[in-house]
Amino acid sequence: MKYYLRRITFYVITLWAAISLNFLIPRLMPGDARTIFVDKLLRKGGEITPAMEKSIDLLFGASDASIWQQYFEYWGKLFQGDLGVSLTKFPAPVTELIGSALPWTLALVGLATIISFILGVGIGAFAGWKRGTAADGIIPGMTLMQSVPYFWLALILISVFSVNLAIFPIIGGYSLRDFPAGPEMTWEFMKSAIYHGTLPAITIVLASVGGWVLGMRNMMVSTLSEDYITTAEAKGLKRSRVFFWYATRNAALPSLAGFGISLGFVVAGSIVMEQVFTYPGIGKLMINAVQDKDFALMQGVFLVITLTVLAANFIMDLIYGFIDPRARANV
Amino acid sequence: MSNNNLHPDFDSDGAMSAGAGDELVAAATPGGTLVMDKDAGVPEFEEAAANSGPVKTRRFKDMLPRLDFKLGLGLFLTLGIVLFAIIGPFVTQDPRNYDNATFLKPGGEHLLGTNNLGADLLAQLAEGAAGSIMVGVVAGIIAVTLSLFFGIVAGYVGGYVDEGLSLITNIMLVIPGLPLIIVIASYMESRSMMVIAVVLGITSWAGAAIVLRLQAKSLRNRDYVAASRVAGEKTWRIICVEILPNLLPLLAAQFLSAVVLSILSEAGLSYLGLGPSGSITWGTMLNQASQHNAFYIGAWWWFIPPGLMIALLGCGLSLINFSIDETINPKLRTAPAAVKAIRKAEKAAAKAAKKGATA
Repeated sequence: MKYYLRRITFYVITLWAAISLNFLIPRLMPGDARTIFVDKLLRKGGEITPAMEKSIDLLFGASDASIWQQYFEYWGKLFQGDLGVSLTKFPAPVTELIGSALPWTLALVGLATIISFILGVGIGAFAGWKRGTAADGIIPGMTLMQSVPYFWLALILISVFSVNLAIFPIIGGYSLRDFPAGPEMTWEFMKSAIYHGTLPAITIVLASVGGWVLGMRNMMVSTLSEDYITTAEAKGLKRSRVFFWYATRNAALPSLAGFGISLGFVVAGSIVMEQVFTYPGIGKLMINAVQDKDFALMQGVFLVITLTVLAANFIMDLIYGFIDPRARANV
Repeated sequence: MSNNNLHPDFDSDGAMSAGAGDELVAAATPGGTLVMDKDAGVPEFEEAAANSGPVKTRRFKDMLPRLDFKLGLGLFLTLGIVLFAIIGPFVTQDPRNYDNATFLKPGGEHLLGTNNLGADLLAQLAEGAAGSIMVGVVAGIIAVTLSLFFGIVAGYVGGYVDEGLSLITNIMLVIPGLPLIIVIASYMESRSMMVIAVVLGITSWAGAAIVLRLQAKSLRNRDYVAASRVAGEKTWRIICVEILPNLLPLLAAQFLSAVVLSILSEAGLSYLGLGPSGSITWGTMLNQASQHNAFYIGAWWWFIPPGLMIALLGCGLSLINFSIDETINPKLRTAPAAVKAIRKAEKAAAKAAKKGATA
């Protein structure tokens, strides 16, 4: 129980730190972000109501109120689910834009990461099991793959499979021609979404699998030289039993525990990659916001990305505490 | 971790973020994507360092990775690209000379062709190499310095200092780095190469700090460190003279990982148009290539080389890291070698048996 309590305390503190960081960054950065933002808003033909002005002031910290007062008001707004108004899609609230983009990224990155993890741990376990054979030859290949930038891989895949071979669509998360009204809950739409998501998913899997393979392979090699493996082999247990129940099960623990952390890297890579595919996810939204200097939207997206990664880490910690009793015992 | 039983006080100080959570993360890191594949050997490293005996010269030699195919390839790739960055600018055109014909295919006078403005792409690639490596190395130095501070001080001093420092470390670890950098960079009107490097450095040290903290914590309880403490050595001296030298291979590995990660992040940032303004790096080359639709007009000589260079340099540095791993964690080297030896012996025995049977 103590383990869970400590983990929860940690995530509560981290949550507070992340939100405070989001509050502080616009206030610490040089330049007059507020003026740029308001000017852009006016140029777009937007009218600034007093309520809106207040939310802008809160975002950039331009109001006369003391920093503490601003801080508490910021929290108040946050609890109401108010992240301000987007400039790009004026006057849509930031939360609404994020709400429609988040499912795309969650589905794409989530599925691709799980596939990559299973694939990577599987290949890594096998390569570790076959240590000292030709299987060691995958090491240079995998180090190359884990060093490939996601977005570059995406560009190569597009130029080969979409532009030259025309097997996959070049851009988008679904066919805008077939579904001009936007996403709908039909089988046809799902098919279109899967078809459009295949290449982005392949990109994530290819670019992230190398890390899993190398980590798992090294853990497997270390685990296989443990005494209990020798004992298991000496007892005459079946090779497959030693492989699955003695070696892989133990060697996979660090990979599992690192799942949440690595997710941060995958998310980072995917943000840039979504730009390449013009995928309607959260990364594309963030980059649009950056390019339009839509600071409200940008800050909102950053907050949501951080919260999502935190949530994933938290869930992984809970699962890990359940799988590995040592984690609970060593509090 | 293998040392828990040896040091009863290892995790008993009840620090908020000490104990299970950290251990998960540290143990976790081998599965990680980029920075973290070297951590598998951490526990064994302590033993290796402890066993390597009192002879100092031998100890240093033990720390150097053994030259094998992987290390050779890694050194070849890394040194080759570094040399290209140093020598390239002297033998190529000015990368900002726009007098050539545009979109020339590779060959002849322009080995890698030209871009939409007529700039020689080989020259840009060389200049970009210098830029990307510079950003990576500066960010790497900053990241390692910060991780040294947060890791070693926290691990060695312990107590409330440890609690505070490792809480910060853990928070930095779970807050995704690149989105944070994107937010910071987008508030800046113009960004110099150094600013980008500094931002990359201060957002990427956490993973290394966690590993270093566990190491320092365990080294602190070694007899020779206790002896220096009893002898009245100052804390900073114990850290610098007794603890740091043992961590050199680990630090080297972490530095290389930080360089790879920073080069990759810089490329991503630059691709989004948030990179160093006015400078040429591999990332800005890719940014330009995609802005001018090099992908749709098939100007592969524009977008393939920069990405390939990033991947090759990353691969080279990671391979060197892999060899450092094998030094830190000898099991990684000895186990495959042992398997190989057994197989050879079995084959030889089978051959001998066959010979005996026929004779």
